[in-house]
Amino acid sequence: MSNDIILETRDLTKYYGGVHALEGADFVLRKGEHVAIMGDNGAGKSTFVRQITGVEQRTRGTVVFDGEEVDFAGPLDAREAGIEAVFQTLALADHLDVPDNLFLGREKTRFDWLGPFRFLDYKQMRKETIDGLNKTGVKIPNIRNTIQNMSGGQRQCVAIARAATFHSKLTIMDEPTAALGVQETAQVENIIRTLKEQGESLILVSHNMRQVFDLVDRVVVFRRGRICANLDIKNETITGEDVVSYITGAKTGAEFEGAA
Amino acid sequence: MTDTSEGTGGLKFDKSKRRWPNEINIFLALILIIVIFEVLGQALPYMRGQSFLFDTNDRFDTIFNEARLKIIILQVAIIGIIALGVTQVIISGGIDLSSGPLVAATAMIAMSFAQTELVNGNPNPKAVFGLWAMDLPVIVPVIVGLAFGAMIGAINGTFIAVFRIPPFIATLGMFLICRGIALWWTAGRPVSFPTEGFKFIGSDMMPVVWFLLLAVLFHIILRYTVYGKHTYAIGSNEDAARMSGINVRRHKILVYTIASTLAAFAGIVLSAKSATAQAGMGEFYELFAIAMAVIGGISLQGGRGSIIGTVLGAMVLGVIRSGFTYIKLDGSYQLMAMGGIIIAAVLLDQWRQKSGTKA
Repeated sequence: MSNDIILETRDLTKYYGGVHALEGADFVLRKGEHVAIMGDNGAGKSTFVRQITGVEQRTRGTVVFDGEEVDFAGPLDAREAGIEAVFQTLALADHLDVPDNLFLGREKTRFDWLGPFRFLDYKQMRKETIDGLNKTGVKIPNIRNTIQNMSGGQRQCVAIARAATFHSKLTIMDEPTAALGVQETAQVENIIRTLKEQGESLILVSHNMRQVFDLVDRVVVFRRGRICANLDIKNETITGEDVVSYITGAKTGAEFEGAA
Repeated sequence: MTDTSEGTGGLKFDKSKRRWPNEINIFLALILIIVIFEVLGQALPYMRGQSFLFDTNDRFDTIFNEARLKIIILQVAIIGIIALGVTQVIISGGIDLSSGPLVAATAMIAMSFAQTELVNGNPNPKAVFGLWAMDLPVIVPVIVGLAFGAMIGAINGTFIAVFRIPPFIATLGMFLICRGIALWWTAGRPVSFPTEGFKFIGSDMMPVVWFLLLAVLFHIILRYTVYGKHTYAIGSNEDAARMSGINVRRHKILVYTIASTLAAFAGIVLSAKSATAQAGMGEFYELFAIAMAVIGGISLQGGRGSIIGTVLGAMVLGVIRSGFTYIKLDGSYQLMAMGGIIIAAVLLDQWRQKSGTKA
């Protein structure tokens, strides 16, 4: 297997009782590649993401990440391996400020011999937060503000900045702009472009056709738990209408004939 | 703490948007309450122009009414020690109802290892154990008491964090269990006549010294350590904390253990101060401790509150209790008035929170 592949899944399958939410997904992501996952509600997009990030345990199949077969027991394992995920529920602590949230669970500390009572290195965390925000192009007026005083877009930016700051090997965003206004969406899209320039791999789950065509290299379409198309939108002439017909089932990719 | 002024994206840190710290409001309320009592003392006909704060007797060594101040902070100190622990529990999104009875149980247990062999040349009439437990070094009852508290706290924490019993229920159960232990330990008889060393722990102003030392210690811990940050994070968004890799179970057990150890210490100080331990001690202490934290601006939903707030809340409660006695308000009215004040404090705080988020 060539080592420019960051993530590969083979026959990835998830059943919830009798519901076949995901069936035999074969998926490949190269290093530095940005791929969008599209599909109707209940097509298996989020289920797919939850299996890779270790939030749930797959029914069968293999996941190969960065050349090694992996079996994450939880999202933490995935994060330690280098997969950063921005979930729809943002997983931010409302009463804490931006550096606190960015470094939650991986604080910079001093006097480590004090165990759980080791001291926080606020100065270093603030500095790295500002560096990280500059790197990703996130604009937050006041990083000392607590999350509860921020707009939805700012919250989203903090969540994305958290994923992007920590030199992850793969970033996964599950509908990052679903609840955002025009300007806020533009900001999130800028962050994604910055990630692309920096050569970081990304999986973007999105419903927004324009956004997908603007941002990513490739679109993978899910339908009724199966992958039904793999579209190289940068090199082939594929229109939004084509993608829609794959999503709705009017068309199925040649190599996926026989799938749902 | 320095504030960063280098906001990103060319935007500057806006100092005017900094929030007015809640603690200052409580401090102002404290001063207001003192002024009210001072005025009442001058105005009420039956008070004959006494002063709440200032010494009007012909004494020249101090302008303040030292005796009253002593009473206020002594009243506050022991329950205040409990409140320091309760504050951490509430910030983490929980509640601890077991601290009052734990004070009694710890007082009984610690005191029985702190007795003297001879009282006025006669054998100790309240002896719990044989001669082996007489005149032990003071460290023994302290360690035994704190270990008992830590054990109770660890049990609380385990039931809450591992078996997912709501904190209210788990600590309500422990409330009854501890009161039972306090009664069972000597079948209801009081335990008395401690060693001089043990008495020293609660002598004179020592309770206040303990309270202030512990308040400073836990202020630093909550504000500047990983333990503190994780406590706030868990209370603010437990799922986020878990997703961020915080061991939420272990942390909660630690929080309840620390809280109960503090309550146990309060029991040791109380029994040392009274030179006796009784199963009925510490009645309502858990509620007053919670009230102190609540007046101090804590949120029962978790994630918000501070040790400074709780210390100020304790002072407010102490001043109110002492002030009511000073204006000779009957005990029954005192309870009613204090209840009203606690509810008013929460109402004010909620209103402030709402207007704060809009601004």
